[in-house]
Amino acid sequence: MAEVATADVSHDDHHHEHEQTFWSKYVFSTDHKIIGFQYLFTGIAMAIIGGYFAYVFRMQLAFPGSSVPFFGIVSPSAYNSLVTNHGTIMIFWVAMPVLIAAMGNFLIPLMIGCDDMVFPRVNRLSYQIFLLSAIVLIASFFVPGGGFGGAWTAYPPLSALAKYNATPFGAPMWLIAVALEIVAFLLGGINFITTAMNARAKGMRMYDIPIVVWMIVIASMLFMASVGPLVAGAVMLLFDQTLGTTFFDASAGGDPVLWQHLFWFFGHPEVYVVLLPAMGIVAEVMCTFARKKLFGYKLILYATVGLGILSFFVWAHHQFISGVDPRAAYLFTTTTLLISIPVAIMLFAYIATLYGGSIQFTTAMLFALSFLAEFLIGGVTGIWLGSSGTDIYLHDTYFVLAHFHYTFFPIAIIGTFTAIYYWYPKMFGRMMNETWGKIHFWGTIIAFNGIFLPLFFLGAAGQHRRIYNYQNFPDLAGDNMQDLRVFATISLVIMLLFQIPFVINFIVSLKRGKKAGKNPWKANTLEWVAPSPPPHGNFPDGMPEVYRGPYEFAHPDREDDYWPQNEPGNQKPANK
Amino acid sequence: MAHQIIATSRSATGIPTGRLAVWWVVASEIFIFGGLIAAYLLNRFLHGSWAQEAAVTNTFIGGINTFWLLTSSWFVVIAHHYSEQRDAKKTRQFLWLTILLGGFFMGFKFVEYYKEISHGMTLFTNNFWSFYYTATGLHGFHVLCGMVIMAIIAEGDIKNERNWHRVENIGIYWHFVDIVWIFLFPLLYIAK
Repeated sequence: MAEVATADVSHDDHHHEHEQTFWSKYVFSTDHKIIGFQYLFTGIAMAIIGGYFAYVFRMQLAFPGSSVPFFGIVSPSAYNSLVTNHGTIMIFWVAMPVLIAAMGNFLIPLMIGCDDMVFPRVNRLSYQIFLLSAIVLIASFFVPGGGFGGAWTAYPPLSALAKYNATPFGAPMWLIAVALEIVAFLLGGINFITTAMNARAKGMRMYDIPIVVWMIVIASMLFMASVGPLVAGAVMLLFDQTLGTTFFDASAGGDPVLWQHLFWFFGHPEVYVVLLPAMGIVAEVMCTFARKKLFGYKLILYATVGLGILSFFVWAHHQFISGVDPRAAYLFTTTTLLISIPVAIMLFAYIATLYGGSIQFTTAMLFALSFLAEFLIGGVTGIWLGSSGTDIYLHDTYFVLAHFHYTFFPIAIIGTFTAIYYWYPKMFGRMMNETWGKIHFWGTIIAFNGIFLPLFFLGAAGQHRRIYNYQNFPDLAGDNMQDLRVFATISLVIMLLFQIPFVINFIVSLKRGKKAGKNPWKANTLEWVAPSPPPHGNFPDGMPEVYRGPYEFAHPDREDDYWPQNEPGNQKPANK
Repeated sequence: MAHQIIATSRSATGIPTGRLAVWWVVASEIFIFGGLIAAYLLNRFLHGSWAQEAAVTNTFIGGINTFWLLTSSWFVVIAHHYSEQRDAKKTRQFLWLTILLGGFFMGFKFVEYYKEISHGMTLFTNNFWSFYYTATGLHGFHVLCGMVIMAIIAEGDIKNERNWHRVENIGIYWHFVDIVWIFLFPLLYIAK
């Protein structure tokens, strides 16, 4: 049966290629690559909105009360709405769609040697629901009362009652948007998992799967297992907001801390949901540009599984000052410190992969290396926050904020740039300009540190988060502190300006870039077997078969320093 | 675009892709209901007074509804049995019997809701009733969805070789909905 189907595809393709209109090819396509691009470009568009929000509220913090160029005077409620939606957008509408949905859609079928996802129409539905969620969120900024301003964590009672949050329409719309987004990713996640389980090329065993595919699949599983309670919580909160139930209303016997449990039971695994795909991307890039086999493939994989399981037992470290039992705090401190072990294992394995390699400093490699360095800072500062003793002092200060930006920025932004610079030739068939890529890299990385390093000092000095104007708090408005705020804001503006070369490079390279050819980086995984860009059906020369692991670089028996997975060879070295 | 995707026909695990996906759907649903039930239990332990509220729920109707659902699960197994023998007539018959029992369940549920609401126990009475209506409502919604999908399967092109597996897939989902009720029934009706 499968043989017959294979023959059908190649015939059908040539006929349909010409008949497709713009709409059926790019808007209502079921092709995994097109859906991946839809996710990617929607994610980038949302990142521009999220970045703009950051610019506006950072300007308000640096120059309180003055009119912000391209926005105007920032009112307190606008400030709340901006910070809330900055966080929400960057996590749910940038990190998730780009790292999991865009990369998962584009890479999984190509890397496992297949022509599409196993449920192409479910895949399209997933994107459409996601797009709808984005539209609902954006629409919520324009309703009376403005967008929701109760922080992305949406703690009740602030989030539950319109008399506190003053956004009777914004708050429910925000919640509905998040719920729709969750549905989209559940559909997408089921698709990714089943595709990776069932649709692998002939000969691809469990340990021949490229690590980034593993990471996206494990991330999808984590998401699925963690988000369920939040779905239930979202239904309850929506009822509280719109119908008047009292699930989270302490004055009527409800329990506001219950929301925190439901939220963080999702919220902490969510960090790993976005971290894992980024780690996977970085692993692919590092192996290719160090020309070395990934150090400890199985070790990394098992550490990831351990990390995933542990991530379900750390959530209450977000609630040390929410009145949790001190004995529970002790327990969650322990699990939180434990979870740094698998992450450290992975980072050390990556460094060991680099050791002795012939490293090529391409832009993608630079971003991958900076991921390790910046994420390390984020991880190490997490130790203080995971320990309940220090967290009581640091909780809700800019120290926390700087810490999680040192984790999320490497994940969402550096991880994305790594992926774009690395897979751009495959996506669009042309190379990006390396010189402009490097200018973009250094501008982004240096400015990024300029934003968030000062915030560690401000946080340690006691600067609380979520304050609209520090001039109202004399203790926090000293000259040095205000100077650091201005420094951070200027760094942010510089970083945003340095994204212009990237955008121009991206667009110009579409037409003017050097033709990439099938395998410009001389990498081993199956996506480099397909033409660039891959046509509908991916592999016009026949579906590839797999003979070895994905990282056979510099094999002593070979003249070439790489050995594609699909090239028949005498022996089949097991991936140890 | 009626072309056959290779991905759909592959099966590296040996499990048909459709069934695999249904199991993952069930897995994600387990966490949704799990979260709701865990939230209810946390509250229940904190509020001893909820036992009096739980005593008001109609255990008789709940019990009958348990009977309808369990029997319907048995019918869907029989439908699956006939689907494996490619007996379209009998498969259809038992799918519709399953839907009928699902309909009984929903009918009794509405009577039950009607009685409770007319006695003043609404979604807003207190948090026990909020949980009661949210949990049973969400479950009822799943029953309803299952019935609709089952009707589509029964009346769709069931004899097509590509569609027989749908009977098993909906059966898996239906059992799951049944099991959720097995949790809700003691927690909301029996435990006093």
